Amino acid sequence: MKEIVKSRGLIYEYYTHNERGEIEATNRALDRLDLDIKQGEFVVILGHNGSGKSTLAKHMNAILHPTGGTLLIKGMDTKDEENLWDIRQTAGMVFQNPDNQIIAAIVEEDVAFGPENLGVEPGEIRKRVDEAVAAVQMTEYMTHSPNLLSGGQKQRIAIAGVLAMKPECIILDEPTAMLDPLGRKEVLETVYKLNKEENITIIHITHYMEEAINADRVIVMDHGQIVMDGKPKEVFSQVDKLKSLGLDVPPATELAYYMQKEGIDISTEIISIEEMVDKIWQLYLTE
Amino acid sequence: MAIIFNGVSHVYGEGSPFKRVAINNINLHIKKGEFIGIIGHTGSGKSTLIQHFNGLLKPTEGEVIILGKNLNDKELSLKEIRQKVGLVFQYPEHQLFETTIFKDVAFGPENMGLSKEEVDKRVREALEMVGIGEDMYDKSPFDLSGGQKRRVAIAGVLAMKPEILILDEPTAGLDPRGRDEILGQIQKLHKSLGITVILVSHSMEDIAKLVDRIIVMYKGRIALDGSPAKVFKNDKELEKMGLAAPQIMYIMKALRKKGLEVPVDVLTVEEGAKAIAALLKSQK
Amino acid sequence: MIRDITIGQYFPAESWIHKLDPRVKIMSTLIFIIALFVANRYIGYLFTFIFMATVIYLSKVPVKYMLKGIKAILVIIILTVALNIFMTPGEKVLWSYKSINITAEGLYIAGIMALRLIFLIIGSSVLTLTTSPIQLTDGLEKLLNPFKKIGIPAHEIAMMMTIALRFIPILLEETDKIMKAQMARGADFESGGIIKRAKSLIPLLVPLFISAFRRADELAMAMEARCYRGGENRTRMKQLKIKKQDYVAMVSIGLFMGIMIVSRFI
Repeated sequence: MKEIVKSRGLIYEYYTHNERGEIEATNRALDRLDLDIKQGEFVVILGHNGSGKSTLAKHMNAILHPTGGTLLIKGMDTKDEENLWDIRQTAGMVFQNPDNQIIAAIVEEDVAFGPENLGVEPGEIRKRVDEAVAAVQMTEYMTHSPNLLSGGQKQRIAIAGVLAMKPECIILDEPTAMLDPLGRKEVLETVYKLNKEENITIIHITHYMEEAINADRVIVMDHGQIVMDGKPKEVFSQVDKLKSLGLDVPPATELAYYMQKEGIDISTEIISIEEMVDKIWQLYLTE
Repeated sequence: MAIIFNGVSHVYGEGSPFKRVAINNINLHIKKGEFIGIIGHTGSGKSTLIQHFNGLLKPTEGEVIILGKNLNDKELSLKEIRQKVGLVFQYPEHQLFETTIFKDVAFGPENMGLSKEEVDKRVREALEMVGIGEDMYDKSPFDLSGGQKRRVAIAGVLAMKPEILILDEPTAGLDPRGRDEILGQIQKLHKSLGITVILVSHSMEDIAKLVDRIIVMYKGRIALDGSPAKVFKNDKELEKMGLAAPQIMYIMKALRKKGLEVPVDVLTVEEGAKAIAALLKSQK
Repeated sequence: MIRDITIGQYFPAESWIHKLDPRVKIMSTLIFIIALFVANRYIGYLFTFIFMATVIYLSKVPVKYMLKGIKAILVIIILTVALNIFMTPGEKVLWSYKSINITAEGLYIAGIMALRLIFLIIGSSVLTLTTSPIQLTDGLEKLLNPFKKIGIPAHEIAMMMTIALRFIPILLEETDKIMKAQMARGADFESGGIIKRAKSLIPLLVPLFISAFRRADELAMAMEARCYRGGENRTRMKQLKIKKQDYVAMVSIGLFMGIMIVSRFI
């Protein structure tokens, strides 16, 4: 499989200025980061605020440009101005605040915004808009005003807006942070569906570890570096390490962790509730 | 009694085609010193309810009595009610406006007409409670991190020394560490000051861990009201309302179904682990 | 409350007028307004009345919505009428008191001015009531396009209108929220003199501006992420097309203009 995202020694620095406008300090948001993401993967990036995950996301969409090292999106260097629009069309981005990324006052007009910018033929735009809105299951709201939709519905419209540009990869920068549990579920189901059915690479950034349980791969960031990378089970089983990084673990894993502390011989490589119940049942039978 | 609601309804846009009943015939008693959690999905009437607690809204029907004062009373000073009932809105950091952290926190106590010394004292106390050190006082609140901003905003309400503190989703959008810090501080406040605290949250885990009593709002009415163990027992009913019980309760219930003698009214993962471990050990 | 303010009121309906091309409607409204000032006799306004009554009937918008606009400018109408009655010099003095004269000419002109204003408001109400804001924006962009060469940023004006339409309700709601939050901290927006009131707005305006700038910043980033790079090479999903009924409308408004010119000499 081909890599859609490939970074080598990626560095991003920003400066804080003092009152006289002189550079006071240099902050490294990304620190020599190496990352490969294959086409079709569902990757969840976890990390506390300020760990660099948002900065990384903005690099993948060429909103930010590396201070050092390289980042290739489908082989295109993000440093190269010429690739800018191709990169943004290939790797679409959904942001945290649902209100601040919807441009038009009617759902279908907003979804059409991306393809219109790409100069797609009107008839083709109509087709893409219908398909994209259907893919996020919002067809009945086609001519509604976004102001009357719930947070989860607005985020689905934002996803449809990206889909209409026919991307190969969607980067979601904490799309669920401002939503209620129902909205979070809607958004998550939508992105998992797009990954499975349309084979779109998903890079999902979040604070909620339960959103990572079904991912292909979980990456944990800290201080601008990747500190953990693996299957959800492999990552979440390291409970102490995650806790020291200021992150949560799924309740089932946490239960196994506390049971270990009580002296029970149980592995922490358990992430789902069903698995946990089965495991305890087995322990009960063998005792 | 801190708060009494007698048959309270609130209707928005009465007489217009946009008429909407936000809360409907609410009866409620909240005692002084209680720690209460309010849950309910978006649009269930939670935010209309809490805006009655400090007189930002008045009932369109029924009566609300806050700390002995009736909101329908024409002579009533709303300013006094709002001083005694602190309300921290969602994303409170969006209300910061002053040039320094100290001045921003002083806004509330200054509006109360307190002496300069008293304002000074209260600001210091409030900032200490939320863990903002003296070295930060003269910094601009806009230079802080998201979690710090929120703590400063909460201090702005604490400095008014409210008898009742209401927090609307104080952890929304924070990372797990920021969330634990804020919740820890709220718990500490409740214990050390003994004030009435009302917490609105979407996280069943957080609510289960902290509060003594849960009020579940659904379609503008109180659907359930009681201790966390009692309320979360109704997991099927909660799911119908778009809510859920804490995950650990689902594990305990599933085990019980398989015939394991574990308690089902467990609220935290740690408690659950202890109970299961004890059962497994007793088998030996 | 603050949320009840509606901007650019639109009355959704399936009518002949609603379906007209927005460009035709904007141009027709302009021609209609010019025609109002061309006519200078009551006979002309009789034709206008018949014309407007037909248009309103075709638009399926209840008459009371049309009249709402007049209520809003009632003061201006009364003022105009009064000024014309008292200030017009003339030969047939009907009534006089000291230096104030009411003349027949004055009454005649005051009546015409009042009718002009009333028809002006009704005419532009028909435009906004039957055309959605988005269509208006699209139409305006297309009409301004030829003027791009002389430096009028047609696309940018239209984009600004689109974004304003989307964000005005959001900012109004936000104002409401911040106001409540500051009231919970003891802020008082209602009492005191002008200076005190102006000062009391600082805790409302500062957070509101900060929020608006943050939104603008995020929106700009989101637009860039969706490949927005100005109006060049941009296509539109909805194409405006002149249909048969648009030609009918154009002929009608042309005829109306002709009648209004002729009415000067009847």
